[in-house]
Amino acid sequence: MNRTRASGRTVGGLRTLSLQAPAVTLLLLWMIVPLGMTIWFSFQRYNLLMPEMTGFAGLENYEYLLTDPALWSAMGTTLLLVGWVLVITVVGGTLLAVLFQQDFAGPGIARVLAISPFFVMPTVSALVWKNMMMHPSNGVLAWLAQSLGLPALDWFSSLPLTSIIIIVSWQWLPFALLILLTAMQSLDEDQVEAARMDGAGPLAIFFFITLPHLKRAISVVIMIEMIFLLTIFAEIFVTTSGGPGLATTNLAYLIYIQALLDFDVGMASAGGVIAIIFAHIVAIFLVRMVAKNLED
Amino acid sequence: MTTHRNSAPAHTRSLPIRQLVLTLLGWSIALIIFFPILWMVLTGFKTESAAIADPRFIFSPTLESYQEVQARSGYARFALNSIAVAFGSTFLALLIAIPSAYAMAFLPTKRTKGTLLWMLSTKMLPPVGVLVPIYLIFRDVGLLDTRTGLIIIYTLMNLPIVVWMLYTFFKDMPKDILEAGRMDGASTLQEVFFLLLPLTLPGIASTGLLSVILSWNEAFWSLNLTSSKAAPLTAYIASFSSPEGLFWAKLSAASTMAIAPILILGWMTQKQMVRGLTFGAVK
Repeated sequence: MNRTRASGRTVGGLRTLSLQAPAVTLLLLWMIVPLGMTIWFSFQRYNLLMPEMTGFAGLENYEYLLTDPALWSAMGTTLLLVGWVLVITVVGGTLLAVLFQQDFAGPGIARVLAISPFFVMPTVSALVWKNMMMHPSNGVLAWLAQSLGLPALDWFSSLPLTSIIIIVSWQWLPFALLILLTAMQSLDEDQVEAARMDGAGPLAIFFFITLPHLKRAISVVIMIEMIFLLTIFAEIFVTTSGGPGLATTNLAYLIYIQALLDFDVGMASAGGVIAIIFAHIVAIFLVRMVAKNLED
Repeated sequence: MTTHRNSAPAHTRSLPIRQLVLTLLGWSIALIIFFPILWMVLTGFKTESAAIADPRFIFSPTLESYQEVQARSGYARFALNSIAVAFGSTFLALLIAIPSAYAMAFLPTKRTKGTLLWMLSTKMLPPVGVLVPIYLIFRDVGLLDTRTGLIIIYTLMNLPIVVWMLYTFFKDMPKDILEAGRMDGASTLQEVFFLLLPLTLPGIASTGLLSVILSWNEAFWSLNLTSSKAAPLTAYIASFSSPEGLFWAKLSAASTMAIAPILILGWMTQKQMVRGLTFGAVK
């Protein structure tokens, strides 16, 4: 297509192509091969424990999955987990970003402390919370409750999903705070000052200046968190193993059970396809937003 | 970290009570959020019996748990796996990404923007959606429970972010300098090695650090693809989940060692982290 252009341009195009080739080829393989296999397996009868059972299954795996209450329960759990964590982290993150932007003593160190949980590996956060914080008899929360004369709560058996939501929110609130604090720094102080001169109260300033300014950063936070939260795994793996019953089994954990515990490749793949479709509905919006950003 | 002197107009200074309240509120919230980490670090210096006793801030510290973690489970082996996997995958990702980002920043074509967005979109593929085929491929070619296997996965996992971040750093570099180098007869390779890389070293370093942090903390693939030989720290720590709550001091000591380096790197690179994690959408 470049043939009519100046020859320098064509050479540039070729060089671009060859320089990009390794990254593009690898990512293409990374995407297409496993994805193609997942889709292929999802239409097969393929269970590692039953090698004699083979062949084309048509929509059998999907039919079975979609009529299995476990899938719907896992979808519900996934949505509850994502929804609550998003609400907690975005609302909390916004308020904290405003607070940490205020003039007080030692904001730098306070900020660093508050964003720290985001850098803690998920298995560590989950186990520290499960044992040292939420343990029904020796945990800090149980001790606090008893000191206040309240009964200690057995978090993971009476409120399993809430416990997971608390742990995951603790990890992601700092992420929201980190991004929103960065966004706050480009807030036009003169505008805030001018509004204040005009008699705007702190609430009016928050709702009419700060919040609109943060709108875009907030949507970025929501979308990036969604990508990660849709497939929360390690936190569930080390605390509840999806239980009690199916109370904390999300889509990712359900697929893990089918694949690596039940060895049902076909079924797990069908679940994988459903998870991919689920995630892509979200992803489309994120890609659009970043695309818009590339134009400015 | 930048502080915001400009956000402190005169009238706030005239209200010390307001500043006092804000300081108290800000610090209490920060300390509450940080508390589990602080508690973990403290518990690591306790004996096992003190670890499950009523919470105490004052106690006689001991290094017992740290010694036991190494002696009994061979902590160093898992730490070495983490180091090999995090740095190996980062090195590979940078090696593959630098030419690509160079081409996108300095030799853009009509398709550059599309390629960048497509790379971003590969991050949207939920890992659990491709768990089955990756597991089967790894089983068949003998990559299960190997460092090489994890390095391959993490390289591919971080490649889009690495390309994207390098691209934003390269693009910010003044083009005249490269132009001048080319006038002086520098070849592309010389241009890259003697001009581009030294000048964008801070950017490359922070990109590398982000990649190290992400690989170090990754827990989905490490839990599913490794068992004993190649298990990094994320998987090792998970092994504390089976014996219900008996080894809190050891868990804490092991966890403290596992997160300390990354926590410090994270503190140092917050700003670049934001850029990388949001694909440049928030700067």
